[in-house]
Amino acid sequence: MKREAHPENWLQVTPQGLYCRPGNFFIDPHRPVDRAVITHGHADHARPGHRRVVATRETLAIMRTRYGERAGDSLHSVDYGESLEIGETRVRLVPAGHVLGSAQVVIEWGGWRVVISGDYKRRFDPTCPAFEVVPCDVFITEATFGLPVFCHPPDSEEIGRLLHSLSVFPERSHLVGVYALGKAQRVISLLRRAGWERPLYIHGALRPLCDLYAGFGVELGELRLATEVRNQELAGEILLAPPSALADRWTRRFADPLPALASGWMRVRQRARQRNVELPLVISDHADWEELTRTLREVQAPEVWVTHGNEEALVHWSRLHGIRGRALSLIGRGEEEEEVA
Amino acid sequence: MKAFSELLDRLVFTPRRSVKLRLIQDYFSRAEDPDRGWALAALTGQLSFPGAKPAIIRALVETRADPVLFRWSYDYVGDLAETAALVWPARPEINHEPRLGEVAELLQSASRSEVPGLLEAWLDGLDPAGRWALLKLITGGLRVGVSERLAKTALAEFGGQEVATIEEVWHGLRPPYLELFAWLEGRADPPVVEDSATFRPLMLSHALEETELPQLALEDFVAEWKWDGIRAQLVARNGESRLFSRNGEDIGPSFPDLLSVVDFEAVLDGELLVAIDGHIATFNDLQQRLGRKAPSAKLLREYPAHLRVYDLLFDGGEDLRPLPFIERRRRLERWFDRHRPRRMDLSAIVPITDAEQLIRLRREARDTGVEGLMLKRAASPYLAGRPKGHWFKFKRDPHTADAVLMYAQRGHGKRSSYYSDYTFGAWNEEGVLVPIGKAYSGFTDAELKRLDKWVRDNTIDRFGPVRAVKPGLVLEVAFDAVQSSKRHKSGIALRFPRISRIRWDKPIAEAEQLETLRKLIG
Repeated sequence: MKREAHPENWLQVTPQGLYCRPGNFFIDPHRPVDRAVITHGHADHARPGHRRVVATRETLAIMRTRYGERAGDSLHSVDYGESLEIGETRVRLVPAGHVLGSAQVVIEWGGWRVVISGDYKRRFDPTCPAFEVVPCDVFITEATFGLPVFCHPPDSEEIGRLLHSLSVFPERSHLVGVYALGKAQRVISLLRRAGWERPLYIHGALRPLCDLYAGFGVELGELRLATEVRNQELAGEILLAPPSALADRWTRRFADPLPALASGWMRVRQRARQRNVELPLVISDHADWEELTRTLREVQAPEVWVTHGNEEALVHWSRLHGIRGRALSLIGRGEEEEEVA
Repeated sequence: MKAFSELLDRLVFTPRRSVKLRLIQDYFSRAEDPDRGWALAALTGQLSFPGAKPAIIRALVETRADPVLFRWSYDYVGDLAETAALVWPARPEINHEPRLGEVAELLQSASRSEVPGLLEAWLDGLDPAGRWALLKLITGGLRVGVSERLAKTALAEFGGQEVATIEEVWHGLRPPYLELFAWLEGRADPPVVEDSATFRPLMLSHALEETELPQLALEDFVAEWKWDGIRAQLVARNGESRLFSRNGEDIGPSFPDLLSVVDFEAVLDGELLVAIDGHIATFNDLQQRLGRKAPSAKLLREYPAHLRVYDLLFDGGEDLRPLPFIERRRRLERWFDRHRPRRMDLSAIVPITDAEQLIRLRREARDTGVEGLMLKRAASPYLAGRPKGHWFKFKRDPHTADAVLMYAQRGHGKRSSYYSDYTFGAWNEEGVLVPIGKAYSGFTDAELKRLDKWVRDNTIDRFGPVRAVKPGLVLEVAFDAVQSSKRHKSGIALRFPRISRIRWDKPIAEAEQLETLRKLIG
């Protein structure tokens, strides 16, 4: 392992995004490039218009659903764990546990191994394979919830609170804000696992990705389009919609909607109040503080680069624990944090 | 603790009264004794733990968490109890979750030096929501938007009783209220409360419009000024004295100066005011005293409390409520002559002859502290609640001003998809609009729909749930008074602003000048 081959010499932040020089590719670039490796389908990571795209089969399917022709000129699908040569580098994608198809990017060059986490979480998610720990020399981590105040409770408790609310307010429709990719399908799966067998009513914007998940074998049960329900107030039923549609005019036809929102940001009460949410559900697809720090320990990297979120706090923690930490500013990341997380 | 923390967590996010009532009742039916009794005590503000201070919490957290990370977290969250609850490192191996009853009982008897140890063990045994509830509980002030009255109303509905019935026994009972719950669940007789200083539900009035005056036989009524303070009931019984707000909340701790003069046994109904050198001060002055649990000597000196008495409900142990008003008034005057209490006077009777004179009186009523007139039927007993045909308030017409809609905010609950809270402004000297107030009532559902559409069509900026709109719509706003205010950029605050008309027709250039409103400060 030569010192001059240290990743800081070949893995750099450029105006297009994070660039791997010996492989001549970008990871999750936010502007169109010649070759991009994409970690997952959320819009702040997967942008349209690249010439060649490398990603998991699921991520490519998501990009095609969202962008159609603009998903990329040539799409190269890889399986988890499959090894790939790109330029002088060896690259593989391993599960990140964030959403369907989400992956960490493992790059090896000059005797160094770098892992780029993308977005990830460590807890169980019925809709995608679990995060895989890959020991490495440099770990590049997200830090969306990089403060010790973020400790996401068990999902079952949050789903339990939703179901309890339905028993106390059976005359109200319960309207749950969920991001269209990942959160929606996970909340649906968790509800099914908690024994909720009734049809779930979804906003039209959630339809394409729910269909896509079902196509990949994720069991979602019976879904009905809430936007097509006529003359029914859906009292005591669960409706799911993108957060931006929570308080919009289409909700007026339902029975006294009780606004809920599933997001890691709901941990902080003031955040929930700002959004007029009556039932905040702390369900996140991102690692909380405990998961972030546990991951840093488990990958055993002597050096950690922290990208979007509360970088300073995680860098501070790394230093306290004998890990070289540095903040890496990536432009355009986390723009959708409020919605996605 | 879990059920209690879940309750608080729901209450904090629930704006609607009816929903809060349901949540509290649901809790009462699920929680056990004595926990729910302590919860009731917490919700009604009956608990205080002088040994537990924010400094203790801060010091405790710093023994367990990195101080830098704690500081950054606090900066982010902005609330000490919440930050401490969230950053406290979990100890999953500890599975003793303290019960609310255990916490309340131990804290009441614990010495100051024992508090940190107790707290540490409890924090280890709780989840984040439980820790938050615990810290809120011990630092006082749950701030979950539940008044004492609301908690009692929930209790009444839970037990199928009238709130008035609960009030009659309330002050004779102590946490954890076992006998109260036993009665409300039909397992025991009503608790027997010996003569104590309890709140007696008030008699309230109906608003009277000028057009309704001719239907009233004025010779059957007695008139008084309607004072611009807050309604209060002073209860002195068996050496105890208490002051209650109109909802039965014990506001005595805020008014030690008034309670200090009590050397009698009686229940008085009157208007709580501030009187400086024998003159009634403005409502603004009274506001300095409201909600201050431990007023400073300076505050007591600058804004001395005063009770203008208008009814006598009990004289000693004798219940005068069944007597006609005119008889109670006679007894009140005799009682007052006998006791001559300091910091109190009698509300004068205003002689009235006919409707015309009454209207003139009301119009001329511009004395500080007068809101209009009260008409009380001479023959009426003192009846709890708002009985029809006995007491009327004949209020001065409100002021109105034409203001320009500037911002609109989404409402809550049923109104959450509507922009229903409106901030409006007036023109300042430089010809710039400055906000003067906010109102969310006074329009019909149909008007709300139209306003909502107007807001959406004229939005120029968005800040979370708030939209800034292009100045273009004039709202006629009614309000009771103008107060000077340092908190608002305009320097004024309107009292009880509501929308009286929507002036779709009026050009914004013709809206009010700020200067005109400043002249109304009183």
